[in-house]
Amino acid sequence: MSAMRIGVLALQGAFREHIQALVRLGADAVEVRRPRDLDGLDGLIIPGGESTTIRLLMAEYGLDDAIRERIGSGFPVVGTCAGMIVLAKHVDDEASPGLNGLDVQVHRNAFGRQVDSFEEDIAIPALGDTLFHGVFIRAPIVESVGPGVEVLAKLPDGRIVAVRQGSVIGVSFHPELTDDDRFHRLFLSLIAARETTASTTPVCSSPTAVGEVR
Amino acid sequence: MERGTFTVKSGHAEMLKGGVIMDVVTAEQARIAEEAGACAVMALERVPSDIRAAGGVARMADPTIVEAIMQTVTIPVMAKCRIGHLVEAQVLQALGVDYIDESEVLTPADDRYHINKREFTVPFVCGARDLGEALRRIGEGAAMIRTKGEAGTGNIVEATRHIRTLMAQIRGLHSMSEDELMAEAKALGAPYELVRDVARTGKLPVVHFAAGGVATPSDAALMMQLGSEGVFVGSGVFKSQDPPAMARAIVRAVTSYNVPGEILKVSRGLGEAMRGIEIGTLRPEEILATRGW
Repeated sequence: MSAMRIGVLALQGAFREHIQALVRLGADAVEVRRPRDLDGLDGLIIPGGESTTIRLLMAEYGLDDAIRERIGSGFPVVGTCAGMIVLAKHVDDEASPGLNGLDVQVHRNAFGRQVDSFEEDIAIPALGDTLFHGVFIRAPIVESVGPGVEVLAKLPDGRIVAVRQGSVIGVSFHPELTDDDRFHRLFLSLIAARETTASTTPVCSSPTAVGEVR
Repeated sequence: MERGTFTVKSGHAEMLKGGVIMDVVTAEQARIAEEAGACAVMALERVPSDIRAAGGVARMADPTIVEAIMQTVTIPVMAKCRIGHLVEAQVLQALGVDYIDESEVLTPADDRYHINKREFTVPFVCGARDLGEALRRIGEGAAMIRTKGEAGTGNIVEATRHIRTLMAQIRGLHSMSEDELMAEAKALGAPYELVRDVARTGKLPVVHFAAGGVATPSDAALMMQLGSEGVFVGSGVFKSQDPPAMARAIVRAVTSYNVPGEILKVSRGLGEAMRGIEIGTLRPEEILATRGW
């Protein structure tokens, strides 16, 4: 059984923490800095950081087109904080040149400035009954979701902080800053489930891929 | 809901990693920095080289300037207070800045004590020349460390010395036996628990950036190759001939710090970098890095 190969966008931000979490779970983690680094990946994590910086650099290196194209064909992607912002179709009142991975309206710095950053335990049914410790740093929230977008978590006041659309997940907080790896496990299990399905459907014509156990 | 915890303070610095924080004195400069890809800006009344030229006592910026910058950009805005000036820090926190730099670039307000940064909700970054100084600041509650370098000189040699010293001391500590740590804590003048922490993990407990003398894309990449997790650029951008081009180039050099071909590409046609100062020509009282205790 070969290890899953997961990319982490490494242009700016907290990419190292995601890599460490993936390695702890037995995945191969790859730093993604250019479109060619996406080749052969089973999934991608877009980390927290400064979304303005990450968006600029993605565009400059052609990573935005490359990731958008892959998302269009079902490529699994997780975005945390800034990562969710760049995945969203609508960001604040600007026309977002984002990756169009999530049909959601996102509000940046929704809680205020850094002094309003906070920690809060939140219920995420997809991760089981134990609450998840959410670290929110100048965090965005999801103001509204389009059809086909599943809400994974809300704050006690009802504001949406985690969503999923197909194989794309976005969260407002930072699972990579905690020791709780349930979120990364969820992502890996979604990829495993997806690839098992893909390898047994007749659509997949490659004889070596059929029945391959990952 | 818990605010102002060490996790959210140091976590913010984690999000700045791999980025460039630029000194700006106007809203227009802040916009240039943001468009170039800066991950944050430092709002000031004067950049360090102008503080040097002006002489006199350098204090916290007028809140109006900081506020104008906060209203112009959506990236984080930092501001400087004087070493030990806890009221300037309270004012900046009330203003809502995202990070406070308790900085030797301004004239110290206290010649014995730094601010007790644990009392604040806003996180602090502090300068350090070596591991002992870094751990003392972290002990006081700093959530991010930067080298001091020698601000406003456009000369990287002091920042190089500081990052090399810091990294060598961390490596040294990591290889020590438990028995040696108390004596080492005494020698470093650093809190024992933090010394143990560094010895165990082989890294500082908070993010550390380089600062003080970065003037070119190569300077910035040098700091990254020596182990910095990001870079502050003070006078280096807006005292260069073509600030937007220099700002863009330094951001890209930090992202691609270990790809010489990329640094070559971004280094072309930038015009003149800021005019620098040879450290040996500074009088002892003009050296900023020795401020801090």
